Amino acid sequence: MALNSPGEQTSEFEQILKESTSELIQKVESGNLSDAVNLIQRINDERNRNLYLEVGRLTRALHDAITNFHIDVGVASPATEEMSKMANATDRLNYVIKMTQDAANQTMDKVDESAPVADRLRDQAGALRKDWARLVRREMKPEEFRELYRRIDDFLRETEEQSDSLSGNFNEIILAQGYQDLTGQVLVKVISLVQEIEENLVNLVCMAGQVDKISGITHDDSDREKPEAHAPEGPIINAEERVDVVSGQDEVDDLLSSLGF
Amino acid sequence: MKILIVDDFSTMRRIVKNLLRDLGFTNTHEADDGLTALPMLETGNFDFLVTDWNMPGMTGFDLLKTCRADPKLKDIPILMVTAEAKREQIVAAAQAGVNGYIVKPFTAAVLKEKIDKIFERLEQK
Repeated sequence: MALNSPGEQTSEFEQILKESTSELIQKVESGNLSDAVNLIQRINDERNRNLYLEVGRLTRALHDAITNFHIDVGVASPATEEMSKMANATDRLNYVIKMTQDAANQTMDKVDESAPVADRLRDQAGALRKDWARLVRREMKPEEFRELYRRIDDFLRETEEQSDSLSGNFNEIILAQGYQDLTGQVLVKVISLVQEIEENLVNLVCMAGQVDKISGITHDDSDREKPEAHAPEGPIINAEERVDVVSGQDEVDDLLSSLGF
Repeated sequence: MKILIVDDFSTMRRIVKNLLRDLGFTNTHEADDGLTALPMLETGNFDFLVTDWNMPGMTGFDLLKTCRADPKLKDIPILMVTAEAKREQIVAAAQAGVNGYIVKPFTAAVLKEKIDKIFERLEQK
């Protein structure tokens, strides 16, 4: 959505204001007060006209923006009610949280399943190796050897089975990473929506600026909310560009030890 | 050793829990923010607290300050495991009485090192 450039009307008003000012001074100096008062009235009328124009334009742009972002006729699912782009974006981001969480849990489930299998194989192999060493040193009685014979057979069979289950788990861990493709696509959509909103907001702010100019309104920034001290900020995205953040655990440790930790 | 893990993301709680288990700490409990953690700490006889900073309800920083102001919890060792990486935050946590500070993402080795250091220090006292 492209909003009209608000520049022209204002420059027209500024032009009139400039022209009229010198005329006004002339009239006042030459003592023609009645003409001067009429001129002031004309400037004022012109200012009001321009103000109405700008406010009207701003209102329309605001309305367009609201229409644009709130009605996203469900092309994908025509059966559902019309959904605002914002609500849609929120759903999309929640979907990303859910997908990444599910993937993390699936991966950890499979690792939790696999770790004891690997531990068991290691323990069995360790025990067998000890007995095997006794056999090599010819310290084993025949009946012990028959027992070892059977255990090696069991171990080989079990190793085969457990390796299958391990590689199955590894494959599922790989598959669980498939979320990255899906969440990536969703995030790209949300990013483009944010960019669109940003552009529109900038336009609206420009238009509102014209209204302020004509109406002579100035804004006081002093009541703007100050960020709360030590408010959490979450992960730092651009740590290299910032001096107020640490870039890793080493810097945390250095900072803390400089404080006597 | 009874440990409380506080983080709003269940996956992160699980990661910390698993790492602690590998380090031999099996008696771990979980809470998803400061508000749910506090009553558990008050009555649960916990020996150690591992907490995130940024959580809804009550942040880990507020939980830290609340513990230090509580006669029953003022001495419990607290390890912060967080994505918060601003210098002023780390300084603030140190001044509020945190025992260790780990920035995410972190490794098992870092977790072990910090926990060892905390208990080494407590034994010296």
